[in-house]
This record gives sequence, C-alpha cells and structure tokens, in this order.
Amino acid sequence: MSKVYTDTVTSTEASQDLTLGGSGDNVIVTAGATLKTNTIKDSGGNTIWTSDGSGNLSSVNAALGGNMVLLSTQTASNAASASFISGIDSTYKLYIFKFYDVNPATDDAHFTFQANATDSTSYDETITSATFAAEHTESGEGVAMVAYDTGPDQTQGTAFQVLAKNVGNGGDESGAGELFLFNPSNTTYVKHFYGTMQYYYSSDRSARVFTAGYINTTTAIDDIQFKMSTGNMDAVIKMYGVG
Amino acid sequence: MGILRTKTIEPATGSTLTLGASGDTITVSSDSIKANTFKDAGGNTLFTSDGAGTLSSVNSGLVGSGPILISTSTASDSSSIDITSGIDSTYDEYMFVFTDIGPATNGANFGWQVNADGESGFNEVITSSAFTSYNDEVHANSYSAVAYQTAYDQAQGTDLQRLASLTGSAADEPTAGVLHLFSPASTTYVKHFYARANSYYYAYGGYINDNFSAGYINTTSAIDEITFKMSTGNFDGVIQMYGIK
Repeated sequence: MSKVYTDTVTSTEASQDLTLGGSGDNVIVTAGATLKTNTIKDSGGNTIWTSDGSGNLSSVNAALGGNMVLLSTQTASNAASASFISGIDSTYKLYIFKFYDVNPATDDAHFTFQANATDSTSYDETITSATFAAEHTESGEGVAMVAYDTGPDQTQGTAFQVLAKNVGNGGDESGAGELFLFNPSNTTYVKHFYGTMQYYYSSDRSARVFTAGYINTTTAIDDIQFKMSTGNMDAVIKMYGVG
Repeated sequence: MGILRTKTIEPATGSTLTLGASGDTITVSSDSIKANTFKDAGGNTLFTSDGAGTLSSVNSGLVGSGPILISTSTASDSSSIDITSGIDSTYDEYMFVFTDIGPATNGANFGWQVNADGESGFNEVITSSAFTSYNDEVHANSYSAVAYQTAYDQAQGTDLQRLASLTGSAADEPTAGVLHLFSPASTTYVKHFYARANSYYYAYGGYINDNFSAGYINTTSAIDEITFKMSTGNFDGVIQMYGIK
C-alpha cells in the first residue's frame, strides 16, 4: 500500500479538473475526518446543493427537500391584502396555504380569499361552497354547537370566500388554519378546495370552521388573494407546494 | 495531465488535506465518495452519518419545510408523555401524531395539557369546542350521527383537553390522530389548536368515534411544554412531534 504525504493536491494547471479515483473505485474520507466543500455536484455536473460557507444552502436538489416545499411567505402588517401572484402553476398538484396570527384591524371582519384564472385579474371567479362550524363560548353559556352555516357559503357566487367570519380584533385575538387548493393548473376540471380555521370569534368564543367547494372554471388558476371583508389585517400566510 | 497512483493521501503536516485551488473542480470519477461528515467551506456541518446510514445534524436546507420529525416519545404502561423540549419559535406550527394509544382502563379519555413558559402543573386556561361523528359497530346506522359534545369541550377550563373520549382498552381498540398547535412561541396572541382523533368507543358493542376538537389556550405567554395522558390510569402509545416551517 502506497501512501502520499502532502498538504495540498492540485491539478497541474489552474482551473483544470482534479480527478480522484477511477470508475468502480471508492474514494474514502477516513472515519473521523471531515469533507469540506461549498458545492456538491453529481458526475454530470448537476448541483446537489451549494452552501455560502456560512451554512446557508441554495440550489438544493428537489429530492432532498421533501415533498412539501415552502414556496413563499407573505407577512401582512396592517395590510389590505396578501396576494400570491406567482408560483401557482403545474409544478404541484396540491397547494397548501397556512395562516398564522391572523388579526383584523376591524372587529367582526371576515377572513376571506378569492382567485384569478389566468385570463382574469379581478379576483371574482365563480365559487360554489359549503361551510359548517363548531363554536363554544368562554362563559360556557349560549353557543355550544356544530352546524351548517349558510352565511359564508356561496352558490355560484363571485364574492370573496369566507374562511373565518366575525374574527375578533383584540390584542390577543387571532386565527390560524389552512387552505388546500387542488390541481389549480388543470384546464379540464373545476378547481376544488377545502380548508379549516380555528379562531377567536369576536364575541369571546372559540370557533372552528370547515369550508369546502370548487372554483367553477376550467381555466387554470394562477393568483390567489387573502384579505379581510373590511379593513386591514396582520397575518403570516405561507404557500407550499406538495408533490 | 499527470496521474498520481496511490491508495492513501494524508496531510504531511497538521490535520488538513486540501484538494484543488479556488475555482478548480474536484471530480470523483469513482462510483461513490464515502464520508461520514460533510461540512461547507466555512466548517458548518451539513450532515453527519454514524457510518450506519443514520444521519444527524442535518442542515435545515436539506430537510425542507416539513413536517420535520423533532422527537418520538413512547409510552409503555406510562402515566403520561411529557414533551418538555423542542417547542419554541423554530416552527410556526407543531403537529403531534399519536398512534396506538391504548389505555389500561376501559372508558378512559385521552387528552393533553400544556405549560406556559416558566409554569408547571399542566393547567393552562382553555376554551374549546368538540364534536364527533360516530357509528355503531353492531347495529349499522342505528346510532350514527354528527353531534356536538358538551362533555368534551371547555369554557375557560384548566382540565385535560380531550382528544378522544371513552376509549376502549382492549388490545385492538387503540386511538390515533393528529393535534395541530399554532404559533406556540407567540407572546402576542392566544394559542390556537385543532385535532382529529379516531377512537373506539368502549361500550355498547363498540362505536367508531371520529373526534374533532379545537380551541385556544387563553394566554399570551409562550407555550413550551405539553403532556399527553389518560383521564385515569396508564397507557401505551407513540407520539411523534413534527415542526412545520
């Protein structure tokens, strides 16, 4: 067994490939030793990942990141709306929107969404939807029920779809939840969605609402907007792609 | 082009062996490269393997947005599972997947409670709603409905928040489901949660109980600990805590 002792191995000329091993060989970094580099590529030159040298990775191969990929985050701070106008396409069959710390500026406002087909910009697609809710008051008096709610549903309506109604605007009052949008780029079928939110109802009660329906168009959906029915809002909304 | 044929290259001095210069490409023509620890040029660990294929210290950029498994807790005839680390501001949402939850006592309720930062006793104030969808195992659709359950909810209560009620203790009657806890590290808002659990009702020949519970922990203090337990007696089960970024 031959062994070479040196501190540096370089190619004979600058910027040439330095090749380790031959086909069928194993190149071994001895256990206990560490391999340090910023970019790892496969033998075809495709980047697996790149680090900036501070542990922050980019260009990570999609197979390493799992199947639920954070696409973008919108942070609304006393904003009129939060819109996702890029990233909704045929890349994923399922888009998940997660809502955290949704707090309206106006008490009793509804948290809502609408979408645009690719040929539209006015957030007024036709929706048919169903909703039911379970609610319970802090006092234990009055409301303790689960029931269909005719208020937020739509029958071929073009209004913003209510995901949570009568949200409290107190300093500690908020909502959280998620919305699933299926196959938005499909040009054959309507676009189904369902979601659920848990929130602080304005009259000091816990409310859990379930919403489902379809956007009644065969045109692809590529924009989605979230806003309160009146007034501004604080919220963090994250869009994920799954698939 | 020069070829150096050798089996081992080691540092002549110190413990650093440098391959290539800035701008060069190091090509490994062999079929694999074997190393247990990968770091970037700044010395930040990207992942470490134990040599048996089990990775640790995996850079968050390599694991995606989640759900990311944080911890697994196993109860074996235990009075509770207490998760006292890992709940912080790292994730916006925590997801607890509970499987094979089997009580020692027939008819026990399975639930959870939390501690705010610095608190103990697992007795935070909760307001919640609860409803079930159920069906009779023996008399199909004779006792089937969707109904609100006033015994399972809380109005500013500090009790165990039920995930599944009146569960069966037989070996084939465990409970399973998922609890979502949102923004537990917030010091501005109350802490919302919702859960769905599938359980086996213990009496009358057995029911499928699809348990929906939701509510808020009515505190603006951060939540950093959670316990899962039965209302009475011990239990078996596995609880996995995931984070979602």
